[in-house]
Amino acid sequence: MSVPSPAAVQCRDLVVRYGSTTAVDGLSVTAHHGQVLALLGPNGAGKTSTVETLEGYRRPTEGSVRVLGLDPMSDHRRVVARMGVMLQRGGVYPVMGPRRALALFADYYDDPEDPEALLELVGLGAVARTPWRRLSGGEQQRLSLALAIVGRPEVVFLDEPTAGVDPEGRIAVRRVITELRDRGACVMLTTHELAEAERVADDVVIIARGRAVAEGTVAELAAAGGEGGIRFEGPAALDLAGLRAALGAEAGTVTEERPGEYRVDGPATATRLALLARWMSDRDLPLTELRAGRRSLEEIYLRVTRGEGERDGPELREHQRGAEPHGRSRSRR
Amino acid sequence: MSPTRSSLPPPLRRLVAQCSAEVGMTMRRGESLLLTIGIPVILLVFFSEVHLLPTGTAHPVTFLAPGILALAVMGTALVNLSIATGFERGYGVLKRLGATPLGRPSLLGAKIVAILVVEVIQAAVLVPVALGLGWHPTMGGAGRAVVVVVLATFGFGGIGLLLAGVLRAEVNLAAANGLWLLLLLVSGMLAPLSKLPGGLQAVAKALPAAALADALHRSVGLGLSVPGWAWLVLAVWAIAAPLAAAATFRWE
Repeated sequence: MSVPSPAAVQCRDLVVRYGSTTAVDGLSVTAHHGQVLALLGPNGAGKTSTVETLEGYRRPTEGSVRVLGLDPMSDHRRVVARMGVMLQRGGVYPVMGPRRALALFADYYDDPEDPEALLELVGLGAVARTPWRRLSGGEQQRLSLALAIVGRPEVVFLDEPTAGVDPEGRIAVRRVITELRDRGACVMLTTHELAEAERVADDVVIIARGRAVAEGTVAELAAAGGEGGIRFEGPAALDLAGLRAALGAEAGTVTEERPGEYRVDGPATATRLALLARWMSDRDLPLTELRAGRRSLEEIYLRVTRGEGERDGPELREHQRGAEPHGRSRSRR
Repeated sequence: MSPTRSSLPPPLRRLVAQCSAEVGMTMRRGESLLLTIGIPVILLVFFSEVHLLPTGTAHPVTFLAPGILALAVMGTALVNLSIATGFERGYGVLKRLGATPLGRPSLLGAKIVAILVVEVIQAAVLVPVALGLGWHPTMGGAGRAVVVVVLATFGFGGIGLLLAGVLRAEVNLAAANGLWLLLLLVSGMLAPLSKLPGGLQAVAKALPAAALADALHRSVGLGLSVPGWAWLVLAVWAIAAPLAAAATFRWE
C-alpha cells in the first residue's frame, strides 16, 4: 500500500510477551485517517494486547508501534490529547452518572465536544443521572464510547465496542463510528464478531494466535468463491509425486507453473495446507509464499476460529515466511 | 463543564475538575459520609455525654475533641482514600484515566487537594459540635495543628494508597476498615496513651495515629508545644509511606 501521509496507526513486527506467553507474534498493521479498521479474531488472539500497546499501556517486547507518528509511551502526553480509548470493560467511576462523567472527561481536553449533545448522540439522555454501576451492559458500553470521543480524537481505539450491546445500541455505536470516519478520524476496533466487522469496517485484519492470518478490504475478503486451490513458492524442481502423495491429491493436480512456483488444485483445506507446510518443513525447504484461493471472509474466519490444530490456515495475502506449521520461532525481517 | 473552563490554564482546569469530582463523590457516597462525618460526630457526642471512657478530665470533650479530629483525618486520608482508590483500580478507572490528558501527577494532586477539602468540611462540622458540648480549644495552637494534620494526611494517604495499589478492591475494603479500627484502639484518640500497657504504648507511639492524636491534644487542646517524637513519627510516615506506595502501586 503506498502511503501519501503518515499513518495514523502503525505497528511493525509487533511482539508482546507476558513471561513465557506470546500474545502478539510479529504483527504488522497500518491504518490511516478516515479509515475504520477491524482486528477480527477469537478470544485470546492478541487483539487487546495489540490495541493496548498502541494505547501506551505496555511496551512492545519486540517491534515498534506509532500513533500519529509518535511513540505512545515516550510521547504519551502528546498522544493522549489526540487519542480516544474505549477499554474492553469498565473505566468509569462506579458512582458517577453519564452526564457527570462526560462533563468531567470534557474538562480533560482543550476543545471537547458538547457533553449534552454526546449524551443524546449515544442515547443516554434518559439515564443521564444513573450511576455507572446501575447502567445496563449496553448503556455502559455506549457511555464508554462517548467518553472515548469527547475530546475530538484523531485516532480512536475501541476494544469490543459492541460486546453485550443490544441491537438499538449497536446502531448507535455504528452511527458514531461512521461519523468519526467521515470527519477524518482513524478508528481501530477489535471484535470477535464477523458480522460486526463486515458492517462497520473498511478493512479487516484477521488475527489468530498473535498473527495476522488474512487482511484486506471487506469487499475483497467477503468476495465468495473465485479460484480455489493453493499456490505456493519454494525451491525449483520439487518432488511433485512425493508431495502429491503426502497431500493425498490426485494425479496432475500438483504442478510447477514456473520454476519455484507451484499450484495445488482442489479444495484448499486447512488440513491440506498443514500437510503441505509439514512436508516442506520435514525436508527443511523454505516456503516463501503461500496463498489459498479467494474465499469468503466467513470461511476463513471459521477456519481460523475453529481449527485449534490447524494453526496456519489459508492466507489471502502472504504473511508466512517460515515453513514450520507449529513453530513460534519464525524469522523476522 | 464548569463555567470557568475558558478562564483557567488547561493543567489547572483539569486539576480543579478532577478535584471537584473527587470531593463530590466522597460527599455523595453514603459509606464515605458515615466514615468521615457520621461516626466521628456520633463518637464525639456519645462519649462526651456518657462518661464511659477514662479520658482523665472532668469534661470528656476536652480530651475527645482533638482525638476525634484526629480520627476524622484518619478516616478521610487513610480509609476513604484507600477504599475509593481500590475500587477505581478494580473498575479500570485508573487505567482509563491513564489514556486521558489528566496525567498521574494531576490525578494525585487532585486527590490530595480533595482530601484537604474534605478535612476542612469535617472540621467545619466537628468543631461547632465540640464547642456546643463545651470544648474550649486553644486557638494559639491552631497553626501547629494545621501542619500536623497535613503531615498526618500524607502519612495516612501513603498507607491507604499502599494498600489500594496492591490488594484486590474487596480485600482492600476489609483491610482498610480493619486498620482503621486497630489504629483507633492504639492511638490515644479515645483514651490517653498512658492507659495502654507499656509494650503496646511503645508500638503505638511509632504509628502516625498516636502521633497525630497526641500532637492535636497538646496543640489545640492544651496550647502546648508538640513533642519531638510526634514530629519525627509524623514526618517519617509522611515521607516513607507515599514512597512505598509509589514503588508498589499497580495501576491495573
